[in-house]
Amino acid sequence: MKSNVKLWLGSVLVAVAASAFAVGAVVMSVQVKNGQIRVNPSFLSPVVAPLNYGDRVQVLETKSEWMNVTGPGGKSGWVHSSALTKKQIAMTSGSQNVQTGASGDELALASKGFNSDVEADFKSKNKGVDFAWVDRMEKYKVSAEAMADFLKKGQVSASAGGAP
Amino acid sequence: MTANSPLAVFLRRLLVAVGGLAITGLIGCSTVAKFTTDIGQGAGVITKQQAESINKSAQAVEKTFQDITPEQEYYIGRSVAATVLVTYKPYDNQKENAYLNLLGQTLSQFGAKPETYGGYHFVLLDTDEVNAFAAPGGLVMISRGMVRLCKNENELAAVLAHEIGHIEKQHGLKAIKKGRLTSALTTLAMETGKNLGGSDLAQVTEAFEGSITDITGTMMNKGYARTTEFQADNSAVAILKKSGYEPAALVGMLQEMQKRWVPNGPGFGHTHPEPSLRIAEIQKAIGATAMAPEPPARIKRFKEAMAGV
Repeated sequence: MKSNVKLWLGSVLVAVAASAFAVGAVVMSVQVKNGQIRVNPSFLSPVVAPLNYGDRVQVLETKSEWMNVTGPGGKSGWVHSSALTKKQIAMTSGSQNVQTGASGDELALASKGFNSDVEADFKSKNKGVDFAWVDRMEKYKVSAEAMADFLKKGQVSASAGGAP
Repeated sequence: MTANSPLAVFLRRLLVAVGGLAITGLIGCSTVAKFTTDIGQGAGVITKQQAESINKSAQAVEKTFQDITPEQEYYIGRSVAATVLVTYKPYDNQKENAYLNLLGQTLSQFGAKPETYGGYHFVLLDTDEVNAFAAPGGLVMISRGMVRLCKNENELAAVLAHEIGHIEKQHGLKAIKKGRLTSALTTLAMETGKNLGGSDLAQVTEAFEGSITDITGTMMNKGYARTTEFQADNSAVAILKKSGYEPAALVGMLQEMQKRWVPNGPGFGHTHPEPSLRIAEIQKAIGATAMAPEPPARIKRFKEAMAGV
């Protein structure tokens, strides 16, 4: 009898653990052009692995605005929630990353609507508009290390709990 | 039902009307469609199948509108910035722009939306006019005249934080005229999964072009509503507090602007509410705190970086 109870309890535990895993296995998509998985939940923390637009990540844990995820390459670490969406992002037809099987509600099509084709069309109709400087602006990129150094040297100290 | 049958025309009109209502934000799109189709069915004007079809399409339009994706926001922002840079030429100075990005991008990480599709990027504008612009998605342009008003790094941080506030609250996108996107987004909803060609591309580009005009017109000429500017100030206060800069610097900056305030004058006089009104709003949130002196290292680097501005 005792062993039967143990067995029963054991199987309940297994079932609970299995369902907990299923519930916890939230998958999200990267909705920024260049995402990063970081060691700690902070923008000042080093990068573990880069993420690409549309990459699917498995969410392991959520801490305030940060999510602990496993990326497509198998590496785990922290991503800010503003870089992720619950929607699946399907690349346009012809791309290798075409995702299928999601319903319309869950799917966002990459490059749908206002995209580089529309920008090119806009550019051809507005000859004076110059994207060269916009491209140059986008090249200004500040690393996490440079940000941390900037704050430190300027003696700018984030309030308690304020570290991004 | 043929494409141009009276019923088809009616359905299309209904769909556009419903989309328009949803986009005015008065009421949920699918809610209106459901209500309308219930009446239609009750009166025997349309069949159950037709009602379902309308409801389904209305939901598609509603969702599509809500889902201007970060990628689309990015493309809108690029064209807005490119258009602003026709009127205001960039100040091509590596040292100043590098410092501006160091400060601005660091601040953006303390905002409510630290990650955008293309990230935050900053550039100086070669004009004496006192002004700054935030294009959707994260492109910030700030005039030399504006930077010259900043007495220290903390005040420049306050200006940049205000612009970051406009971006995280998507004020640019909200300046797009209601209904502007309805037809284009309906086309897109129908053309799911296909690459746009010919007339569809032309239609979407037209909506895109109109959106850019709406946004740049608001930013450069008309100005945002007073409450919109107050919202961006609120975001700025939050960003400054969280990062360790003093929100009181925003008040200091606005006091400088008040001294130069010319109602309907060029630059901020034309597009922003009177600084004293903004100061009163900010002080409701932070009180009348005086700013502590900055550490010498910070004073030094600000002076060095901005000496030529």
